Amino acid sequence: MIQFEQVSKTYPGGHQALSQVNFQVKPGEMAFLTGHSGAGKSTLLKLISLMERPTTGRVLINGHDLRKMSASQVPYVRRDIGMIFQDHRLLMDKTVFDNVALPLIIEGYSVQEARKRVHAALDKVGLLDKVRHYPTMLSGGEQQRVGIARAVVTKPPILLADEPTGNLDPKLSMEIIRLFEAFNQVGVSVLIATHDLGLIARLRYRTLTLREGRLIDDGLQPEAQP
Amino acid sequence: MSLLFRNREIEKGASQRLKLSPARRFVMYWVHHVQQGVASLGELTRNPFASFMTMAVLGLSLTLPTTLYVLVKNTQSISAEWQQASQITVFIRDGVKPAAVQTLQQTLRLNKKIAAVEWVDKAAALQEFREKSGFGEALDALDSNPLPDVLLVTPAQQFRSSEAAKRLLFELEQNPEVAYGKLDVQWLTRLHALLGLAQDILGGLALLLCLAVVLIVSNTIRLNILSKKDEIIVMKLVGATASFIQRPFLYTGMWYGFVGGVIAWCATSLLLWWIEGAVTRVTDLYQSQFNLAGLTLSEMLVVWAFAIGLGLLGSFLAVRRHIKMIEPS
Repeated sequence: MIQFEQVSKTYPGGHQALSQVNFQVKPGEMAFLTGHSGAGKSTLLKLISLMERPTTGRVLINGHDLRKMSASQVPYVRRDIGMIFQDHRLLMDKTVFDNVALPLIIEGYSVQEARKRVHAALDKVGLLDKVRHYPTMLSGGEQQRVGIARAVVTKPPILLADEPTGNLDPKLSMEIIRLFEAFNQVGVSVLIATHDLGLIARLRYRTLTLREGRLIDDGLQPEAQP
Repeated sequence: MSLLFRNREIEKGASQRLKLSPARRFVMYWVHHVQQGVASLGELTRNPFASFMTMAVLGLSLTLPTTLYVLVKNTQSISAEWQQASQITVFIRDGVKPAAVQTLQQTLRLNKKIAAVEWVDKAAALQEFREKSGFGEALDALDSNPLPDVLLVTPAQQFRSSEAAKRLLFELEQNPEVAYGKLDVQWLTRLHALLGLAQDILGGLALLLCLAVVLIVSNTIRLNILSKKDEIIVMKLVGATASFIQRPFLYTGMWYGFVGGVIAWCATSLLLWWIEGAVTRVTDLYQSQFNLAGLTLSEMLVVWAFAIGLGLLGSFLAVRRHIKMIEPS
């Protein structure tokens, strides 16, 4: 589903964020991406969502080489990827409904057409009663769940999450992870970047570990490797 | 539309739409645009003061060239009238007998190119001059009348244009009794030169003001874009195309022009009403009936289209440059 082949990323100024990264996330797989701050987790996610381009190597999604995507095709690539951010990236002057409906409106849905899907997505994250609220009226955990609802409302085949539990206590964090598990169970590939090792330890998912831009552990059992 | 995955469920919505008939899709396309246009109008009312200032700048900037245009238009119509009424003064050679002058007058009256001929007798002319000039006694000292006989020739309707009147003058001068003729077109030529100058100034001024309008609108839209930076980043993250993000800003520019055009109409009418009194007083001095003509309907529409075009152009320039620069990082 997501494939990195010898990917290196050097930022202007010479900082090498990633070097020679190889891995593959299979369709319907859920994996964690971990490492210290600055190890390259965010850069790796940005390469998938085309916020950055690799310096060398290539990134493939569903077999499509992202190098071949022109600037005008980038929006369409992003529509296939649900993205969740540590700081939620919600529009504070819009209601929860408008926030979650945004990806559908962008796809060309009318508000009436979008309503059913928005309600379904909010129902999944348990916030259907907050549909008319503004994000500022919600707690941090609720805001994060609105972000998740927005990411899944178009039912993308890939979910990327960058420190989705960053500001949440362990109980709320686990709730968020359970949500991801639920989406994974219906076939969505999920890649979660986090430095919360305690959280990962309690779960038995594949964990990719980055250190100073190198993938030191791709999380596969030695016998599973060819 | 999904580039990476075929048969995604999200496509269903789109494919259902594809089943719509072309006519209905066409209608829906416009309905969608109208909805977005109205939405961006609503956006403007959220910040009414700043929006109105931009609209007023746009409208008032267009008022000056529009008013000048109306004045030039009116002057042209007057000068056209004056040009029609050109009259040829024919001076008769000294020593020609009154009977010969009368014969000439008769001949000229039969000429199809001439509408009327008036004979100003040199004795009558002297009398009039004596009465009006105040040189009465000085004239008494002269032993003969220095004034020539004069025929005032009014050309027929179709020979009143400047060129035709000139040809007629040349023809009249061929008569042996005629010393020379005079067609006073020089002042008309000067008036036309002045009008041409006014038009050039009007053109230059209009160009500068339009440029200023474009820059002002562009700058306002730029500030709008920057104040919505976070929203634009989020939209880009969830897959909005550049044209989707641009559209509300282009509509904003269009609304600036839309309202600005109406402001330009109002301000122009107000300004014309203001100067109409002064213009009437001036034309009264020339004893001519004159009504200041305002903007016609088609001219108003042109002004409106112009205003909307400038608003769109300004926002287009801002949008093209600044939306590209805002990228999620």
